[in-house]
Amino acid sequence: MDAEASVEVHDLKKRYGDLEAVRGVTFDVAPGETFGFLGPNGAGKSTTISMLCTLITPTGGWAEVAGHDVAKDPLGVRRRIGLVFQDPTLDEYLTAQENLRFHAELYRMPKERTAQRIDVVIEMVGLAHRRNDLVRTFSGGMKRRLEIARGLLHSPRVLFLDEPTVGLDPQTRVNIWDYIQRLRDREKITIFLTTHYMDEAEYCDRIAIIDNGEIVTMDTPDALKAAVGKDRISMRTEDDPKARAELGERFGLEATSTSDGLTFQVPGGEEFVPRLFAELDVPIVAVSIARPTLDDVFMNHTGRTIRDAEASTAERLMTNPMVRARRGR
Amino acid sequence: MSTTATTTLQAGAVPDIAPVAEHPQGATWIDDLRAATVVWKREILRFRRNRLRIITSLAQPILFLFVLGTGLGSVIPTGSHFHFTTFMFPGVICLTILFTAIFSAVSIVWDREFGFLREMLVAPVRRGAIMIGKCAGGATVATLQGIIMLVLAGLVHVPYSPVMLLELIGLMVLTATMLTAFGLFLAARIQEIESFQVVMQLFVLPVFFLSAAVFPIAKLPTWLGTLTRFDPLAYAVDPMRRVVFNAVHAPAKIRKQLSPGLSWGHWHLPIYFEIGVVLVVASALLGAAVYRFTRPE
Repeated sequence: MDAEASVEVHDLKKRYGDLEAVRGVTFDVAPGETFGFLGPNGAGKSTTISMLCTLITPTGGWAEVAGHDVAKDPLGVRRRIGLVFQDPTLDEYLTAQENLRFHAELYRMPKERTAQRIDVVIEMVGLAHRRNDLVRTFSGGMKRRLEIARGLLHSPRVLFLDEPTVGLDPQTRVNIWDYIQRLRDREKITIFLTTHYMDEAEYCDRIAIIDNGEIVTMDTPDALKAAVGKDRISMRTEDDPKARAELGERFGLEATSTSDGLTFQVPGGEEFVPRLFAELDVPIVAVSIARPTLDDVFMNHTGRTIRDAEASTAERLMTNPMVRARRGR
Repeated sequence: MSTTATTTLQAGAVPDIAPVAEHPQGATWIDDLRAATVVWKREILRFRRNRLRIITSLAQPILFLFVLGTGLGSVIPTGSHFHFTTFMFPGVICLTILFTAIFSAVSIVWDREFGFLREMLVAPVRRGAIMIGKCAGGATVATLQGIIMLVLAGLVHVPYSPVMLLELIGLMVLTATMLTAFGLFLAARIQEIESFQVVMQLFVLPVFFLSAAVFPIAKLPTWLGTLTRFDPLAYAVDPMRRVVFNAVHAPAKIRKQLSPGLSWGHWHLPIYFEIGVVLVVASALLGAAVYRFTRPE
């Protein structure tokens, strides 16, 4: 595979006055990899993506995208990347096809291949039958799909997706991911995405968790979850209070009562369950093992939930000019 | 959202992707020209689609021409062979161009608000190219609106002489370019739509009134006459007025009264000098607009 199609970031920083939005992040994205930046709003995800897309200039460190330095050769970077922002960037008074044509011209695609390529991408996101309709008549999900098609039109090496599903309903979110995965298989491109939805990070090959402008941990979703080390076991018994007491005495585990029975965390859940059946005196009605979620991962590394983290960064956010501008809409 | 689900299911039969492999190196002026052209085309496309805008932006000039013009004409003695509305005509064309040009230019603020500006800003083209395309688009649209106004010539006793029409269209292109550049210069850094109102009140209306588009400059008090000479639009109104007055063969007395031409001290500016002023101001404003827009934020 083309070694050029990757992202290389070293100690990248961005400072706005007193606010250090990004405090030196270092990571690589391999060609063909889907790499996710996960973190609460205001953690520095969008700022990092803006630097990689040459929209804003770093105040420290360096980054290369598709083999081109973002500070020294922004046009070289721009030609090789596709972008889908969290805010819409379509002209709603043009048709889907006109929006794509406009893009093809701006990215100086060879004229003789533009029409064919438009057919391909518009078909891929399932909008071929609406190509001559004004974008203002599209639903939110259709607009996002059109943006994704447009981001791919000029065959970028790296596709940046900044919160690609934010503001969409759950069903549409699933559909968008369906398209993204399909295009990853077809186009074999590197995808760099940001999200604050924990469940979406599961679609990534590798994830960096970012909090307060720093990467707290980076690995595959499975490895990250394994590093949490504990599975969550939920069970129902014939006598929950007694079972709870026994768990404490015999296994040294602290279980919590829920409306559905008991739940507790334990390393190596699959090995633990047979022991549970053998040694617990209370008959067990039902038991389930859940792998740690990325929520648990975030919690494990930052000591707070993503929701708490968002609440505490709210103040930071208000001083960030980029976020302020976005909120103004 | 049910359509979304259905299309997902249908999308199985997708043709094979043929990625455009080559990524050309370096930016040339041809790329910039291509980018500017497509930005220009978008402005025309959007203008053509918005019929309501074409009609509503004619309402104001028509009010000025027939209501204000007829009203003022009833108290300004011009003799029976010359109509005051004829005098108003070039000024009102400039009014049409002014408002259309500013409106087009300020659409860059809307582009920013609705995100489309980002699509242009992240493209591998120089920002100046986008600005020049925007300026060409706004100027074309404003000229087209001016041309629509030309249709009314007969109603204000101006003959449809081909030479006059061509001269007027040429002047309109120049005027429209200068005014769009002016609008882009103002709008280049505006982040919020609200600020647009301020721009209109603080800049656009003064530029219009000080250009003497709707009153004669012959007997102005010194302060107003001086201010008029500092308004670039005055140098666009005057040539148009001269062209119209020539076409209707206005009597010398009327010319002296209503279209004496601009002068600097005792020097009566030749028409080509006035056109030169417009050209210089247009280039300077466009340069300044590009500079303001290109400066990193």
